[in-house]
Amino acid sequence: MSILVGKNTKLLVQGITGGAGSFHAKQMIEYGTQVVGGVTPTRGGEKFEGVRGGKVEVPVFDTVDGAVKATGANASVIFVPPPGAADAILEAFDAGLELVICITEGIPSMDMLGVRRVLEAKQAEARVAGKPIPRLVGPNCPGVITPGECKIGIMPGHIHKAGHIGVVSRSGTLTYEAVGQLTALGIGQSTCVGIGGDPVSGMDFVDVLELFQADPDTHGVIMIGEIGGGAEERGAQFIKEKMTKPVAAFIAGTTAPPGKRMGHAGAIISGGKGTASAKIDALTAAGAKVAPTPSDMASTLKSMMK
Amino acid sequence: MKIHEYQGKQIFAKYGVPIPKGYPAFTVDEAEAAAKRLATETGSPVVVVKAQIHAGGRGKGGGVKVAKGGAAEARQLAEKILGMQLVTHQTGPEGQKVRRLYIEQGLEMVTEMYLGMVVDRDKRRIAFMASTEGGVDIEHVAEHTPEKILTVHVDPTVGLSSYQARELAFGLGLMKYGKETVAKFVRLMAQLYEAFVKEDCSLLEVNPLVVLKNGDVMALDAKINFDDNAEFRHKNWKELQDKDEEDPIELEAAQAGLNYVSLDGNVGCLVNGAGLAMATMDIIKHAGEKHGVAPANFLDVGGGATQEQVTKAFSMILKSPKVKAIFVNIFGGIMKCDVIANGVVAAAKELGLKVPLVVRLEGTNVELGRKILSESGLAIQAATTMADGAKKIVDAVVAGGAK
Repeated sequence: MSILVGKNTKLLVQGITGGAGSFHAKQMIEYGTQVVGGVTPTRGGEKFEGVRGGKVEVPVFDTVDGAVKATGANASVIFVPPPGAADAILEAFDAGLELVICITEGIPSMDMLGVRRVLEAKQAEARVAGKPIPRLVGPNCPGVITPGECKIGIMPGHIHKAGHIGVVSRSGTLTYEAVGQLTALGIGQSTCVGIGGDPVSGMDFVDVLELFQADPDTHGVIMIGEIGGGAEERGAQFIKEKMTKPVAAFIAGTTAPPGKRMGHAGAIISGGKGTASAKIDALTAAGAKVAPTPSDMASTLKSMMK
Repeated sequence: MKIHEYQGKQIFAKYGVPIPKGYPAFTVDEAEAAAKRLATETGSPVVVVKAQIHAGGRGKGGGVKVAKGGAAEARQLAEKILGMQLVTHQTGPEGQKVRRLYIEQGLEMVTEMYLGMVVDRDKRRIAFMASTEGGVDIEHVAEHTPEKILTVHVDPTVGLSSYQARELAFGLGLMKYGKETVAKFVRLMAQLYEAFVKEDCSLLEVNPLVVLKNGDVMALDAKINFDDNAEFRHKNWKELQDKDEEDPIELEAAQAGLNYVSLDGNVGCLVNGAGLAMATMDIIKHAGEKHGVAPANFLDVGGGATQEQVTKAFSMILKSPKVKAIFVNIFGGIMKCDVIANGVVAAAKELGLKVPLVVRLEGTNVELGRKILSESGLAIQAATTMADGAKKIVDAVVAGGAK
């Protein structure tokens, strides 16, 4: 078991003929992800080639709707450049996909405000109709991986090991750092979710923690946050009220100066809000154990596991 | 990206937002000429001489002065303000040099208010914030009397509704200036909303927004930050950029496609990924705080950096006089360790490596990367983990006699 992605995930790659899209589509196919189609407007009818054992051919479509109808895909990953990325997300949800993972970095906030509004309406409709809730992961994220089953995104597959720890993070390389530490200790991962470093995005810590709490195969969680916004504080509230599984956390940016954007568009302390210390205090008060340094993420979780 | 008040007001004017008459001035002569022109146009000799720097709090710092006596007095004030190091609560103790002025007509107002807009990331809406406590530090109001800040959130699919603007107008007590003033405020909010969306702002503040004697509502200040991600659809932003207001090293890095932030410490850092780069700063501080060891910079070379970009990044660190040791911390995902190693070696060979270098490599092509470093002949200390690297870097700085 796992959350969000697994053996039954049938994936479309939007932007499969671009530089990043084609490189990572090949990597995902090699890892064993079921890549059933690609989408690049005006390139419909072409074939994309990957290698898994022997040669694998993936059909390319002009539209997501056409691709879903022809392949039965249930998820999409987006490598479309920023000017067209929000449009690509909307197209994916309109075609009925339940999971959309957007890797693209640099989408304007104004575009994402519109996307969020449409997504929230679709989620409300799905709840009323008793259908699966459509979910967006990212943008500006490394993706989602269930080790040994399905890799969607740009993370290095080889550092992962199948197991029972969930990882959720706003940072790509810091996720790899945590996974590397876990694997070095012989501890495997159920699913690792990169929720991305943008100020306006899809799934939040709370959304992912909720899935980990409900997943019988996830026995503990590492949560990696950073300065800016209030997502970690909301996560802490959820941990306090609903989580029974151990959560180890790390918050990056204790030494970050206020008012400066630290790489990620969302990593900025503004008006005294979003500091690392406020987040660490909230998580500690909620019963999570916060790793004193980024080198101690896995060992901190290990100390909490029975 | 930040712009000056006078540039913000030019944008306001484009959307019909009422602003006082004014002209930018880059020299004392231009300032005097602007004051004369305003006196002719408005029939009043009163002008305000305003320092144009990107930081807020200019008035309190002595960067905004009223000249009641016409152009000669405006000239005297311009002489004082132009070229001064203006220190405000946002500039840091060293202040910011004033290179541009804005000369504006003086107006008599009956009240000053605050009106601001941000992208509220927690609610995923554009938020308007208004307060009767105008003309002062709004962060102070938010901290001490948050009940004095009124907020409305705008649904992006329908835009700002008139009732939302009226809510703020009535909440600010504008009815006491007449229903015309309420209507003018509602119109101004709609204009600001349009400007915010179309110009891809991340923050917009009018502090103060004023009501004049005749009941008009006017924006006396304009602070605008743009969402850097939207630069691709705003070709005019390059012209609005004032490079004098930015850290030269950060500017140089940005031109090379690198994320760089200058800090006060003595350890240069080269890292891939924003989160890991921040965490690297944190662990250096954690290990070195008692020994006076701290990060000198935040530097994220990103996931897809070329060898040239890595060389550039490492050169920038090598050239910094405050750097007493360098920590390279890489967890290769898309970024391949050999690309990093080649970049580091190329820069070190060109500029010479005069300080200790600790390298921690992990991830994609790690063996190849380690081989390149060990065969380079450079004095490199290899670290196995972040903690090991942090310890080695602190030891190296302490051994070098840092305070």
